[in-house]
Amino acid sequence: MTNNESPLKKVCIICAKGTIEDVYATLVMANGAVMEGIEAKVFFTFFGLDAITKKQMNRIKTATVGNPAMRAPGGLPFPSILGILPGVEAGVSAMMKSSMAKLDIPPVDEFLEMITAGGGEIYACKLGMDMFKLEKKDLWDEVKDVLTIGEFYGLCGGENTQIIFT
Amino acid sequence: MAQKTIAGQTIEVNDEGYMVDASQWNREIAAELAKEDGIELTEKHYEVLEFLRKSNEKGETLTIRRVGKSGIVDIKGLYGLFPGGPLKFSSRFAGIPKPASCV
Repeated sequence: MTNNESPLKKVCIICAKGTIEDVYATLVMANGAVMEGIEAKVFFTFFGLDAITKKQMNRIKTATVGNPAMRAPGGLPFPSILGILPGVEAGVSAMMKSSMAKLDIPPVDEFLEMITAGGGEIYACKLGMDMFKLEKKDLWDEVKDVLTIGEFYGLCGGENTQIIFT
Repeated sequence: MAQKTIAGQTIEVNDEGYMVDASQWNREIAAELAKEDGIELTEKHYEVLEFLRKSNEKGETLTIRRVGKSGIVDIKGLYGLFPGGPLKFSSRFAGIPKPASCV
């Protein structure tokens, strides 16, 4: 299952969206990397910044409108029009979170702590911060730095490095 | 599947070096397996290995989060004990199967 001749050494992950599935895909990939001894650097930008903003990080949601893969429990169809009703998005998001909790997948802040505990690094995008009028103090305390994309690319050098965009 | 002689005992290992039969395990084997990866086991290491073995026996899914909440060591400490593979190295030294878990 492994290619021992030329193993992956570093992943640089860019997360630009703030839904549960996009943020968790990022966190699972970053955490999975450090657990395998692979260096991980994560860059949050645009709506992805919610995942590292103190106020929002544990309140992210799944979109219930415009998400054709969403089905009701048991695989029944979930008409998009239901998704606009008050409380539906919150309910669906709570369900997603509880299914993940059963698999021992932690809330966003704890997940980020697991990644940094393993040496992973978390960065915020300067442009996105300016757009959303965020300051460093609004961000989760362990965000390592606020960078331009150019500066982030500067961290993505080296052999066997992959950049992943979620 | 291969056989390996280690610490004076013959054990069965799979192609990734994980022991096939957890009951063949003992502390000396763990110490030798760890030494192959350049890790000298301390009592703290053994506490983690025992915890993993017990959880595995109970059929629990192993995650670094669970080890972090075990009261033995936090996640940062776990990375410190088993650099580069907090769960995959520790479970190999513990003589249990490689955890099929993403967290």
